[in-house]
Amino acid sequence: MHPALSIILFTTASGAGYGLLALLGVLGPAGLTPEGPWFGGVSLALAFALIGGGLLCSTVHLGRPERAWRAFSQWRSSWLSREGVLSVVTFVPAGIFAIGWVILARLDGAIMVAGLLAALGAAATVVATAKIYASLRPIPEWASVYTLPAYLIFALMTGAVLLNALLHLFGAYSTAFSLFAAATIAAGWAWKRATWRHNDTAPLPVTANDATGLAGGRIRTVEWPHTEANYLMKEMGYRIARKHSARLRRITEAAAFAIPLGLTAGAALIGGIPAAVLAVLAVLAQAPGMLVERWLFFAEARHVVSLYYMPEHSGQAA
Amino acid sequence: MTSLPGKTEKSLGLVIDLDTCVGCHACVTSCKEWNTGGHMAPLTDFDPYGGAPDGTWFNRVHTYEQSCGEGGRTVNFPRSCLHCETPACVTVCPTGASYKRSSDGIVLVDEDKCIGCQLCAWACPYGARDFDFDVGVMKKCTLCVDRIYNENLDEVDRVPACVAACPTGARHFGDLGDPNSAVSQLVAERGGVDLMPDLGYNPVNKYLPPRAKTSAPTDAPAKELESVTAEGGFLGWVDRMLSEEAL
Repeated sequence: MHPALSIILFTTASGAGYGLLALLGVLGPAGLTPEGPWFGGVSLALAFALIGGGLLCSTVHLGRPERAWRAFSQWRSSWLSREGVLSVVTFVPAGIFAIGWVILARLDGAIMVAGLLAALGAAATVVATAKIYASLRPIPEWASVYTLPAYLIFALMTGAVLLNALLHLFGAYSTAFSLFAAATIAAGWAWKRATWRHNDTAPLPVTANDATGLAGGRIRTVEWPHTEANYLMKEMGYRIARKHSARLRRITEAAAFAIPLGLTAGAALIGGIPAAVLAVLAVLAQAPGMLVERWLFFAEARHVVSLYYMPEHSGQAA
Repeated sequence: MTSLPGKTEKSLGLVIDLDTCVGCHACVTSCKEWNTGGHMAPLTDFDPYGGAPDGTWFNRVHTYEQSCGEGGRTVNFPRSCLHCETPACVTVCPTGASYKRSSDGIVLVDEDKCIGCQLCAWACPYGARDFDFDVGVMKKCTLCVDRIYNENLDEVDRVPACVAACPTGARHFGDLGDPNSAVSQLVAERGGVDLMPDLGYNPVNKYLPPRAKTSAPTDAPAKELESVTAEGGFLGWVDRMLSEEAL
């Protein structure tokens, strides 16, 4: 699949934003973060900026962005519509939570409920995002049991790494949370490796014989229907990344998982200002790492329509 | 509404005969010609006369070789929207632009509601949807909805443009929901098949597989070529003379 930069930025940024929002909504009222309005203001502003910026990025992918409001209408059948509705609905408790924390300086009662609802909305929005991909049967890499947990784990992981850096910057870090952040990175790393292992051996769900209705024998293309690459080939048959996928996977493993894991664990051990530097470096390493991870998520995904264009039936689509 | 109708009154669609299709692409150009002025107009082209033409098309003909028994066979394979019974392209649409008509089962796009997110194209395993980058909306085969009910046309012309254009009668149009219709009878008689049935889209369009070869390959060696060595007689003499180095 063609990796569109707008969707890569949207899913990674809003995923991190929702992860951060969910953690703040739960840990803030529980008294596990600084209670002052400054910490709440800066942290929630960062979460809102990532979510809002991501949502804005996603409209760049649309052919007619001025009609984006129409996407709120078909929540009965469409996960994309549900994602849109949930993202907007989540802003209501999140907004109340932010007003309560930053302006009213309260984290109890209704504000606590708003925080928990914001966390719930954040999780539901990430689930909807994941289901958009997980329900696309023509793309085996996405329509697998690995997709939904991956989006949830990565949202929690990137949110936790961000919150860990914020806690260090505000001098309020706790070893327990640093270890939790490190654990989410380890979980994300293990899940990504398991996903790759699964994808590398997963065949396309259908064959060229199924695609053409021609039973038996091998199907070989004699002639394409057109001389130039068309929309299908450009959008579904993207193949540049596969050439470099081994190297890009190593970059992902290093930048998104190994380096942040080492830095987060290191920060948990040493404390003080050097630890804050390490925690921020973990964010700065993981952000590009996750962009590469998401790029591969698209670029390595095969679509069954490529069977119509493959030169020879080999079980692997172009 | 992108929720699917429970049952459609008719299931209009095409039956495509892979045995008789000769791969002339008349259906392709006829489709383009009609639809660039039809319901989904225009079918934009970029650089149409240049070195890298690109544009919107609803119907394409692939040419494959299928190995079978002795040697292989060439199969021309027209590919267009199959107007599925359970089309994921419709249910994934976030705006209600994609819909399946409860009256005749035709899958259409309301261009005024489409936001161009292209998720429907990802959801279609058959590559039926084509994005018009000029207008920023998704377009697809309409089963020539503006021909088949068009009372300004002679009755014989009230069929999709691709069907009207086919010189070998490889394309048939009708109600596949009615088991007594001519197309349903044809499918039953020829063993028509669904494409990628395991994916669960339940396509309405059917494909008739090529008929089995009726006779064994004939054993008729070509006549032996005439000898190229010089022989006697007048021609031999001419040959010898023309072969002389001095000439």
